[in-house]
Amino acid sequence: MSSVTTSPGFSLFRYAAPNVFYPVAGKMVPFFAVLAAVLTVIGLYIGFFMAPTDAQQGESYRIIYIHVPSAWMAMFLYVTMAFWAGVGLVFNTRLSSMMAQAIAPTGALMAFISLWTGALWGRPTWGTYWAWDARLTSTLILLFLYLGFIALQAAIDEQRRADKAGAVLALVGVVNVPIIYFSVKWWNTLHQGASVKPGSSAMAETMLTGMLVMVFAFWMYAIAAVLVRLRAIILERERRAQWVLDARDQGKL
Amino acid sequence: MQWGSLQNFLAMGGYGFYVWGSYVVCAVVIAAEIWALRHRRRAALAEVKRAVTAGRSA
Repeated sequence: MSSVTTSPGFSLFRYAAPNVFYPVAGKMVPFFAVLAAVLTVIGLYIGFFMAPTDAQQGESYRIIYIHVPSAWMAMFLYVTMAFWAGVGLVFNTRLSSMMAQAIAPTGALMAFISLWTGALWGRPTWGTYWAWDARLTSTLILLFLYLGFIALQAAIDEQRRADKAGAVLALVGVVNVPIIYFSVKWWNTLHQGASVKPGSSAMAETMLTGMLVMVFAFWMYAIAAVLVRLRAIILERERRAQWVLDARDQGKL
Repeated sequence: MQWGSLQNFLAMGGYGFYVWGSYVVCAVVIAAEIWALRHRRRAALAEVKRAVTAGRSA
């Protein structure tokens, strides 16, 4: 451990050491948390007080301001989680595996929010809360992948083995993410096609602006939540390390 | 403001149940995560404290 921190010269890997990243993460949390709160206020103001009523769906479309951000974050966080789990698997870097573990619960929460809001949007729009449609089913599988990752890690006592098993599950599950994204194209689904694609949008401008602000709000929230959890995980795993004891004595935990 | 009254705002053009059912659950779930994170950090700090006292008395 100390060989990493005392090695001279510049190295990006310096930040891969939990003892170095712990205080850095602590400084970043308030920044992302405040940004998330401010963006939420702005995004909801645009969404509820500036954006017009939808010509076809009336006011029910306003669910979009949390539905799309949570759905995008659920997919994005999964890929990020699998990436860090994979890095931990290949390079044996402790912090990477901790990062994957820290992302999973927030990802599961995002998947849940997207399913819940989707159900409540589906009822007035399609006449049903749920259908075994490709988009809905693959998103449900995403939620189960997150929960499976969390359960698998919790079930294995030895940390290294838990990280490795979790990483394999996370990496195999990555195949589900493009399936979710392209499901509305590949299959004839109840779920509508993408309203927003790179370079084009089928939405009114204020609606789109409000939605994108909310996407950033959710993103900033997810970063803040993951960093707070990562710091707790670092303490859980390294509670006997000398740097933790030293930092505690100095009141820097 | 386009809603005219608070009542209209809450009614959401007849979709109040669906819109607010989405937002309230979203807010509750996020509040629960924040609470859980606070709890986890406190528990982790308590674990460190236990490790310190166990290490020093040994």
